[in-house]
Amino acid sequence: MEVTKVTNATRIFKIGEVETKALRGVDLSIENGEFTALVGPSGSGKTTLLQLIGLLDKPTSGNVFINGQDATNLNRNQRADLRKNAIGFVFQFFALIPTLTAYENIEMPLLLNGTRPAQRKARVNEMLEAVGLSDRARHRPDQLSGGQQQRVAVARALATNPKLILADEPTANLDTENGKQVMDIMAKLNKETGVTFVFATHDPRVIKYARRVVTLRDGLIVENNGNSSK
Amino acid sequence: MNLFKLAYRNLGRNRTRSLLSSLAVAVGMSLLLLMASVLEGEMGGALQNTIRLQSGHIQIRPGSYEEGQVSLKWEDLIAEPNQLLEKIKALPQVTAATPRLLASGILTLSDESKGVQIIGIEPDSAANKPFRDGMLEGTFLSADDREGILVGNTLAQKLSLKVGDQVNLLVTTSSGTVDEQLFTVRGIYTTRTPGYDENTVFLPLAKAQAFTVTENHASTIFILLQNDEQAEAVAQALQSSNYQVLTWRDQNALLVQFEDFAGAYMVILYLIVLAITATVVTNTLVMAVFERTREIGILSAIGMKGRGIMAQFLAEATLLATGGVIGGLIIGGALVAYFTINGIYIGDYGVSGVLMGERIYAHLTMRDTINLAIVTYIITLVASLYPARLAARMEPVEALHGAGV
Repeated sequence: MEVTKVTNATRIFKIGEVETKALRGVDLSIENGEFTALVGPSGSGKTTLLQLIGLLDKPTSGNVFINGQDATNLNRNQRADLRKNAIGFVFQFFALIPTLTAYENIEMPLLLNGTRPAQRKARVNEMLEAVGLSDRARHRPDQLSGGQQQRVAVARALATNPKLILADEPTANLDTENGKQVMDIMAKLNKETGVTFVFATHDPRVIKYARRVVTLRDGLIVENNGNSSK
Repeated sequence: MNLFKLAYRNLGRNRTRSLLSSLAVAVGMSLLLLMASVLEGEMGGALQNTIRLQSGHIQIRPGSYEEGQVSLKWEDLIAEPNQLLEKIKALPQVTAATPRLLASGILTLSDESKGVQIIGIEPDSAANKPFRDGMLEGTFLSADDREGILVGNTLAQKLSLKVGDQVNLLVTTSSGTVDEQLFTVRGIYTTRTPGYDENTVFLPLAKAQAFTVTENHASTIFILLQNDEQAEAVAQALQSSNYQVLTWRDQNALLVQFEDFAGAYMVILYLIVLAITATVVTNTLVMAVFERTREIGILSAIGMKGRGIMAQFLAEATLLATGGVIGGLIIGGALVAYFTINGIYIGDYGVSGVLMGERIYAHLTMRDTINLAIVTYIITLVASLYPARLAARMEPVEALHGAGV
């Protein structure tokens, strides 16, 4: 079953009089349970495509579907609702709220979707366990290493049990060891829970984890195939 | 995670800035309390001064009386005031009623002279309490004193008068002739109203009547009531075609107008203070929004709607406002308490027809305090609407890149 589908999507940014075509007509379908890498050089459009799939941005033309629902023309609140329930995010920068502890950061999406306190607590602890940070629950981001912060971000992305996790350069700011740890956790969770991962990257260490690699160049998909190394 | 707990932590990120913002609200509110209390004290003090020293709550004047007129012509005087007094004193609201004779005169000592208003009073009347209580030297007048005069301390200082000194008083009598007589200063009083104390001398009513040849007539019947608000009802009960019944409002139209004007003027000052306070709060929160643009993007990405983000900043404003209002009540309360006890010295400063004391004593009512606290609170929250909306309207993708709006 398709978790997300993008049809003939374009995205044009206008800065003053200058138009930049970040996507020039992209078709992409992601099935449930995939572990897919969007790769390509800087400016190829992979992050833009990820933002369209994540409903953080709207295509200039074309359509975006989430779980079979056309999300292209949803308003801000409807997109927020869909993100809250169906999509998790892991960003390149360690996107945690600095005033919240690791526990509270993971709890935040559960608060937003109205999960009851007892279930919330159980789920947060489960996610902390899953990313190996149970002993860091009460630490704030500035008391955690980069790798630990990114693992908290992964736990937060998965907290509400979304079908789709979007990760934008998840290892870009991590050293080899921490990058490997984060990727191992994501791969493990993909296998164990069946949650779909799509990540934009140009890091060969990340690409080798992917079961499918979609290559973009100049706003177009130029290759779309399974990873021969897997 | 409670909204306010998060707001508290966010404010704690930059404690100095948050404290200064709250302090701005506190200082703004303190100023409002102080301004309101000084205005209330000034207007209330001037009004009470004027009522107890000059106008009373009600005065009964002859039918021919015109505002400010001092005339000793027979037709401008009340004949047999004692008959009227019985009727007045029978009213339960009346605490004091006494006939008074008003005349203009010139007081001379050696080669110095000064125009004065002479008031003939019944020394035993309760209406004379402010003068009796304000005796600085000597004794108060007695009803049968035929040579005694009471002078204010400002006049005494200007003419270097002491108790026991003799002064020459000159008046135009009811028949239009000029008469003069030596009087002995029995006492020196103060009402703490320099303008009044400089221009007013007292004689016993009987002596004043004899001196001005007005027999048992009076210029006015001066009436005090239990409170200001009873004046209209009592005046209504005393209405007659033979004389005029003037309430304190009728007699102090200028003061009442002045109070209205001062009230309107004060509203403008309140708005200026609140605008400055609001600007500080807006500025603080706008800075916070721009500093936290990426966080707003994160919250938005994980599904927080615009109204949730807005609530976040409004919660922070609520905490700033709460701290500010509490601080304002403490700082403002202390200032008001100080000036309520010690007053603000203004000296001999007054407006014609308005009797200002030499000090303004702050006076703040609970109602004014609550109203100003609520207004400050609301203005602070209104001031936070702009930054809160700014945050709520950020596009998630732009916010995530720190681009904001």
